[in-house]
Amino acid sequence: MTASWQPTASIETLRERARLLAGVRAFFAERGVLEVETPILGQGGSTDVHLVSLASLARTDKGQRRLWLQTSPEFHMKRLLAAGSGSIFQLAKSFRDGEIGSRHNIEFTMLEWYRPGFTLAQLIDETTTLVANVLPSFAGPVVHYRYRELFHTYLAVDPFTTSIETLRTLAAERGQMSANALTEESRDTCLDLLMSMVIEPTLGQNELSVVLDYPASQAALARRHQDADGEWVASRFELYLNGVELANGYDELIDAEEQRLRFSEDNAERRRLGLPEVDVDEQLLAALDHGMPESAGVALGIDRLIQLALGKARLEDVLTFSTANC
Amino acid sequence: MANYSTNEFKGGLKVMLDGDPCSIVENELVKPGKGQAFNRVKLRNLMTGRVGERTFKSGDSLEGADVMDLEMEYLYTDGDMWYFMKTDGSFEQYAVEKKALGDTEKWLKEQVPYIITLWNDKAISVTPPNFIELEVVETDPGLKGDTAQGGSKPATLSSGAVVRVPLFINQGEVLKIDTRSGDYVSRA
Repeated sequence: MTASWQPTASIETLRERARLLAGVRAFFAERGVLEVETPILGQGGSTDVHLVSLASLARTDKGQRRLWLQTSPEFHMKRLLAAGSGSIFQLAKSFRDGEIGSRHNIEFTMLEWYRPGFTLAQLIDETTTLVANVLPSFAGPVVHYRYRELFHTYLAVDPFTTSIETLRTLAAERGQMSANALTEESRDTCLDLLMSMVIEPTLGQNELSVVLDYPASQAALARRHQDADGEWVASRFELYLNGVELANGYDELIDAEEQRLRFSEDNAERRRLGLPEVDVDEQLLAALDHGMPESAGVALGIDRLIQLALGKARLEDVLTFSTANC
Repeated sequence: MANYSTNEFKGGLKVMLDGDPCSIVENELVKPGKGQAFNRVKLRNLMTGRVGERTFKSGDSLEGADVMDLEMEYLYTDGDMWYFMKTDGSFEQYAVEKKALGDTEKWLKEQVPYIITLWNDKAISVTPPNFIELEVVETDPGLKGDTAQGGSKPATLSSGAVVRVPLFINQGEVLKIDTRSGDYVSRA
């Protein structure tokens, strides 16, 4: 991959990309979901410990301010929901520093939409219908899995009850890390490694796989509930096709106090890990204080879906210019 | 040496892993939907030549390895060590152990340039040129007229390598050999 002025996608691919995006817009227009455009820059950023945000210094009417480049359009879109927008969708440029690879680019396009009044199950249906629309040749079934069940099937451990020592040993071994690389690591890091290295490659083979009931500690901005086994789990789903994670959906957290707590827990974890803290989005919290309708929302990596639809090996094959030659 | 973080791992970067110098072959980011990102890295161990995979937490780092590749001509062996000389005009010589020489021992010919990989100024591997011309020192007599497709026979070359050659090849002929596959290419 040499640096070049040339686009990384062929012009023919860009035509196909435009056709697929027109299909996505038609899908939402038919369902009465409003297309919106929210700012890429925000005064608050994502506190998510595992995302690295880019920021920019801007001269604003309040003087020089650090503005964050969004890692997803979530916060602005939730403020629209609180303001009474009803169902909305967006194709939004998003930024995650350091994420470069065959399925990652620092700057990428997120398809994100919110459905006030939808249950998570209704949103899963809508998401899989959309994916099937974009991939007309795909005829496979939609199969639901519980996070716990996947760990039982592929690793013979329980993500909730197996001891941390056992998980560390197993994760280092199956994840091809050195034996003591994980001795200090949390349960979630071990589970993330096993999920990424062992389970994900098996998902979405001739089917659309929906994964449900993630551990409550991995709820991010989703609500939590008790599952059939009495475990606290995240009200969240992930969608996989061909071993590729395509979408992440939530029964959205709308409780301002709980949201405030999760932001401050994230920043506390950031301090513990020596990572920079991120300015909390006070305006999102104010919007939740005002009241956001109960909603289900999902973020889908549209570049990846286009990559799969067109059978391209690398994400950059469907981007005009990848970060490497932007 | 400097430390390199996972996002600086690029093909060809030389790093230390478990006490051995390694060359990075491939680096792929893997990340669950939410949560910790990892880098799955393919590395070639420069001591053994073996390629293996290892996973790192994104942001972890490895120490760089002081490794360089230099072109040197083969001079001679005293049975214990094999001696090579830099081709940069410095006449500087390096002694190479049998372990570092590995399979290249059977492709040695005086005055031919080889790539010597040095780690902390010590030779750890020797790579022959892709093609080398060597004389046949022993083979069954050639079959006259058999210059078309047909069978093959073993031939011992001046370097000690044994390769399959066409039936028409005779002792004393110089052959062009592909050192990567050990295949006969043509008469030189």
